[in-house]
Amino acid sequence: MNLSSELRQFFRQQQTRRVFLGRASQGVGALALASLLKPGMLSAATGKPAKWAGVVDPLHFPARAKRVIWLTMAGGPSHLETFDPKPKLAAMHGQPMPESFTQGKQIAQLQGQKLLCYGPQHKFRPFGKMGIELCELFPQIGSVADDICWVRSMTSEAINHDPAHMFMNTGSQIAGRPSMGAWITYGLGSEAADLPGFVVLTSLGRGGQNQPIAARQWAPGFLPSRFQGVQLRSKGDPVLYLGTPKGVSREQQGDVVKTINALNRQHDAIVDDPEIATRIAQYELAFQMQASVPELVDLSKEPASVLDLYGCKPGDGSFASNCLLARRLAERGVRFMQLYHKDWDHHGGVKQGIEFKAAEVDRACMALITDLKQRDMLKDTLIVWAGEFGRTPMSQGGDGRDHHNAGFTIWMCGGGIKPGMVYGATDELGYAAVENPIDVHDLHATMLRTLGIEHTRLSVKFQGLDVRLTGIAGKVIEDILA
Amino acid sequence: MVFGTQRGWLLFGVLLGLWAGLTPVRAVTVRKVDFNHDVQPLLSDNCFACHGPDTNKIKGKLRLDLREVATKPAKSGKTAIIPGKPDDSELVRRLFTTDEDDRMPPTESHKTLTVAQREMLRRWIAEGAEYKGHWAYTPPVKPVIPAGAQAIDFLVRQRVREAGLKPAPEADRRTLARRLYFDLVGLPPKPEEIAAFEKDKSPEAYRRLVERLLSSPHYGERMAIGWLDVVRFADTIGYHSDNPRNIWPYRDYVIRAFNDNKPFDQFTREQLAGDLLPSPTQEQKVASAFNRLLLTTEEGGAQPKDYEARYLTDRVRAVGAVWLGQTIGCAQCHDHKFDPILQRDFYAMGAVFADVKEAIIGGREPGMLVPNEEQARELAKREQTANGLQQDFVGPHPELAGVFTQWQQAQLEALANEALWSPLAPAKAESVAGTPLTVREDRSVLAGGKNPDTDTYTLRFTNGVAGAVGVRLEVLPDDSLPAKGPGRAANGNFVLTEVVGRVEREGATSRTVSFQSARASHEQTTLAEGNPYKAWSAAATIDGDAKGKSPGWAVLPETGRPQQLRLELKEPLTLAAGETLVIELQQNHGDGGHNLGHFRLATTTDAKAVTAPFAAPPGSELAELLKLPAASRNAEQQQKLFARFKDQAPELAGLRQRLAEAKKSHDDFVASLPRCLITERNDEPRTVRILPRGNFLIETGDKVEPALPAFLVKNGGRTDGHRLNRLDLANWLVDRNNPLTARVVMNRLWRQFFGIGLSKVLDDLGAQGEPPPNQALLDWLACEFRDSGWDMKHMVRLIMLSDTYRQASTAPHELLVHDPYNRLLARQGRWRLEAELVRDNALSLAGLLVPTVGGPSVRPYQPEGYWENLNFPQRTYDASKEADQYRRGLYTWWQRSFVHPSMLAFDAPTREECAAERNRSNIPQQALVLLNDPTYVEAARVLAARILRECPGDEAKRITWAWQQALDRKPRPEELAALRSLLQKHLAEFRQNRDAAKDYLKTGFAPVPPELDAAELAAWTDVARALLNLHETITRS
Repeated sequence: MNLSSELRQFFRQQQTRRVFLGRASQGVGALALASLLKPGMLSAATGKPAKWAGVVDPLHFPARAKRVIWLTMAGGPSHLETFDPKPKLAAMHGQPMPESFTQGKQIAQLQGQKLLCYGPQHKFRPFGKMGIELCELFPQIGSVADDICWVRSMTSEAINHDPAHMFMNTGSQIAGRPSMGAWITYGLGSEAADLPGFVVLTSLGRGGQNQPIAARQWAPGFLPSRFQGVQLRSKGDPVLYLGTPKGVSREQQGDVVKTINALNRQHDAIVDDPEIATRIAQYELAFQMQASVPELVDLSKEPASVLDLYGCKPGDGSFASNCLLARRLAERGVRFMQLYHKDWDHHGGVKQGIEFKAAEVDRACMALITDLKQRDMLKDTLIVWAGEFGRTPMSQGGDGRDHHNAGFTIWMCGGGIKPGMVYGATDELGYAAVENPIDVHDLHATMLRTLGIEHTRLSVKFQGLDVRLTGIAGKVIEDILA
Repeated sequence: MVFGTQRGWLLFGVLLGLWAGLTPVRAVTVRKVDFNHDVQPLLSDNCFACHGPDTNKIKGKLRLDLREVATKPAKSGKTAIIPGKPDDSELVRRLFTTDEDDRMPPTESHKTLTVAQREMLRRWIAEGAEYKGHWAYTPPVKPVIPAGAQAIDFLVRQRVREAGLKPAPEADRRTLARRLYFDLVGLPPKPEEIAAFEKDKSPEAYRRLVERLLSSPHYGERMAIGWLDVVRFADTIGYHSDNPRNIWPYRDYVIRAFNDNKPFDQFTREQLAGDLLPSPTQEQKVASAFNRLLLTTEEGGAQPKDYEARYLTDRVRAVGAVWLGQTIGCAQCHDHKFDPILQRDFYAMGAVFADVKEAIIGGREPGMLVPNEEQARELAKREQTANGLQQDFVGPHPELAGVFTQWQQAQLEALANEALWSPLAPAKAESVAGTPLTVREDRSVLAGGKNPDTDTYTLRFTNGVAGAVGVRLEVLPDDSLPAKGPGRAANGNFVLTEVVGRVEREGATSRTVSFQSARASHEQTTLAEGNPYKAWSAAATIDGDAKGKSPGWAVLPETGRPQQLRLELKEPLTLAAGETLVIELQQNHGDGGHNLGHFRLATTTDAKAVTAPFAAPPGSELAELLKLPAASRNAEQQQKLFARFKDQAPELAGLRQRLAEAKKSHDDFVASLPRCLITERNDEPRTVRILPRGNFLIETGDKVEPALPAFLVKNGGRTDGHRLNRLDLANWLVDRNNPLTARVVMNRLWRQFFGIGLSKVLDDLGAQGEPPPNQALLDWLACEFRDSGWDMKHMVRLIMLSDTYRQASTAPHELLVHDPYNRLLARQGRWRLEAELVRDNALSLAGLLVPTVGGPSVRPYQPEGYWENLNFPQRTYDASKEADQYRRGLYTWWQRSFVHPSMLAFDAPTREECAAERNRSNIPQQALVLLNDPTYVEAARVLAARILRECPGDEAKRITWAWQQALDRKPRPEELAALRSLLQKHLAEFRQNRDAAKDYLKTGFAPVPPELDAAELAAWTDVARALLNLHETITRS
């Protein structure tokens, strides 16, 4: 390890520790704990418990976005039935896929099979002032098409779900690297005092193609555990172990926490261990979360007009509900919200499969954009809609499409992104990105830029390397920055 | 700003202790610049990316890692380094220039050197620019220790003294005992154990305790935790479906190896190459499961080449992490940027593993049987029984000679009778219900498609019938049928309700074919209540349905084998030219499609054939043998014939049954035994090529043969005529000249007992790692480890008995600030217990812990739905019952994609990658787990029950007792008061609300003692819960 980085790190830690200790020692008095039991006293009293301020200070660029809502369409949505119109593919339907397109490329389940063109299964039509061509199954998203930047030249290195998610989330296909949400909370900290900085929500689709998703997708990797994504669940405790044991009242739980903290403080006076102050603060935070999280996930107080906008019912566990929760999390200062909606893996029955998916996500996505806009939050919220890969222009089994990583569509909107533009293109058959192709590292670099971070400067020493989210690559897509 | 002290070291150069992360407080004498400590880290981190070992990325042909290149004039005429002449050296000019375009490192690298660092490099050049081999690549030399000195203490205290500090005093007895227990067995001492230790004033007391703990069976469990992390042991495959695999016996192997103090070199050989050792034992084969611990996939559409490359890289990274402490993984795509590891070295090491037999894609095999001693005995017993009976059965059995002759005659007769039947070839086969009927080459007919409830098959024959006196219907088994048929009902049965025959001739009325009698090889007698024939009899097939449509011929339970129905014709039948024989097989029984699946019709002209016994005719092979005269059969033929006889001889029925039972009992037992994936060799190793940029799609890279890293071993250890294998690799790793292995292992061991490694980057002893501030100590430990015959307990004992280890972990505030990471070792460390031990401690205090050592993984309580994102297949989680619910944490089921959440909260790694080191985080999830996880709530209420049952007396007495159980000390008055007020308040509340108390006590499977008052127990549960949550309770100090 080099001298200067060693020193920098050490001084930073000392500083953080000092700041933290300062805050913690003021914040953990009996008064602070009492304030938890009487909400309202909190802000008036001693302030919020210590929170991570982030290592990127000051920011490398002025931030255009303060937070990210990443909509992961898990399974790999077909760009050919969503947002990338390909009339030529329709014309070639049933004919052999020209070998010039496919030679030497990765192929998943179609290995060794005859490759036939498979025309788009749904019609496209122009939307918005720009007349952007989108599949007509997505009229709601279409109605806000002018707010969105459509990137039709996305690529990935991986072609199977698990490694492809890992690559999209961590920039590496090897397990053990931090997920982007962890990177960003590490870099920027969180504004939420009583919620984790990185929250994950998952929902299922009715088509039944629900591929597994591993917790490593939101893991902190080699970053400290505090940066891990915390799953907000729709069934059981919304956060694992959040519920007070049955038979124990909130007040009694408060008594127990208070006693633990009092005893820990007495112990600290004897052994002088800074970890104890942290422990005390974490018990306070945990106790706060026991109240704040149930309040957060309770959608029943949302006005009917909002529930109607999203098209969800409180507690239905739907993608729409999760979008509404994402807005609530955003309002509370959570830095990175990642929503997984599954069931996009249309190896067969892509025609009907996309109909199901459109019904589940079309209105919800529009609602999220509209709702944030109405609250004047879209301007500093970056929304990304992306699968881990796209799907082949060739048919699989006569009515489906295989995994495909050479070209597919994602969209972005909100903070720092140019609205109403199409960026990049695939070839005439929708196989490979040919105009302005971008890769996962570019996408990450661009996201970090909107947050005010130069991607080459957010790194952590791991196994001797200055490891970055963007690996050793990544270039910011300047053309789509507002 | 703390940089106020910066000026100090600008002037005085490097301060000893800076490397220790110590805030410089006083200047120390200027010493000569040391390449390994002072220069290489700067060059590596700031320059090597463009001017280092990766020859593909070299800028301006300048390499700063090689002195001969760096000191030679470049094309431009300039020389980067001119030893002794810093001001003429281009490197110095470029470091100090104010011209941004010229300055090194360049702006876009975001690397900057401080003034002090630049000065350091200038001084180094001024002093002669001496290069040294990287410290970790030079074999350690054992420092000389003065006679009588304890080596560890001597080497530590030298530095403590140099820093002007004093070592901390020895910790008190209680602290020492708790420390030893947590470090060596991972369990808390009982108060009485502490009391005994405190009372024992003998100077040998401490040593005796160390020895006792070293010989505890829990020592192996404690030591296994770190090893299982670094080798990435888990119960599931990792990728995508993350399905289970059989691997837990490997964990038992590791525990046993530590307990038996297996020499580390042998431990290494067995894991990498147990299968290659001469006559490997079961244990050594289980050890070789090491090579199977990596992540594998069952995902559809995974490309074998892709995963072949992943497995290769995974295994090489593992060798790098476990033994070499090298980030070899970096060389997967290119030559290493900082260390002299070439991409070729990476793939050559991967090629060592190219012989591991495995499916690249798909489920893992069940693995080798791993019976324990008792099971092995039982297995042998059952094998012996089965073998004995088998021997008996295959014996000569002279007593059966006569019966054997009779049997042969009967077989020959059956053969003769069979020859009297001529199978009929259907000209047409049709079904009323539209069932597709296929006529096969052997003239049999097979029904397929959907099975209708009832059906009638119509078969037409146009020739082959002349002078027939009988018709035969064979019903035949077939694999396509349920239960192999011959019928199509789920159990393989059928009911043939009527057989109707007629002869048709175009333009004429058809004549009926009448049957005189019907006989069958077997008639079903079960389920015949209400059947007018009292059985499913052959007669019913020719009764013109006089007794109803439903009765007919059926064969339960003799399904799955051939049966026949013989019909005697009233009058001989001959088909004239132009005539067609029509046979209708009616199956009107219904009730689940009791139709025929596979059958054949035949006729005979010999009345004898119709009435002959139903002896199944021998197959063609047997027929050939029978036809040979006895005298002309050779021994083998005679043997075969006799074997066939014995397979059915009624005289041997009892023996046959006993044999079948013995075999089944053996097979059932085998199925119940544990199995473990092990390493087996492929005769043909996979071809390994260098993958340019790590891309598996590029298949043009050079083929590589197995080799050891060329920068450490001359010529990669290759010798003519021998392909290097895993055993060669293992032998090299534990060779006394290997500079890395012993240091890596000792560095990890040091962290276990002091909280931080001697080189703090445990997984990288390369250029980007940290040269150990106290290299002499690491080297001494490494040499001692090696020289002791890789004796792990010896090394643990040495550390335990050192004064350095026994120091107090408390220290004056000044020292805590000056040396926050305890790099000087002027005190002991303190840290939160590992995830597994947090659990073990709580269960132990509650008296719930089941201390059984070894066995399959278990499932502690886990929040419902935690596995909802697993799929293929979907999984449910059933918490283990009874004893298995209370096992130690290291036996927890390790589901890689969703590791048990309470383990994860306390930083247990997912074990997807090798983890040499765990985080020690302090996060709110830990509070949520200890407060609310049923495991800890249950432990608290069971501890509360212990308090009430085991400690009679008043509140104060009981709180004191409980405190002692948890912390092995008495509470201070203010501590007692805090718990007392909690108790009193909650006691009053639970007395007011007994239902709440009862609800509270329902957490967990453990029974609630019925004699205890619910409100009282609930209130004490909160006291116990507070105790289990204390920072001190979960801290080793």
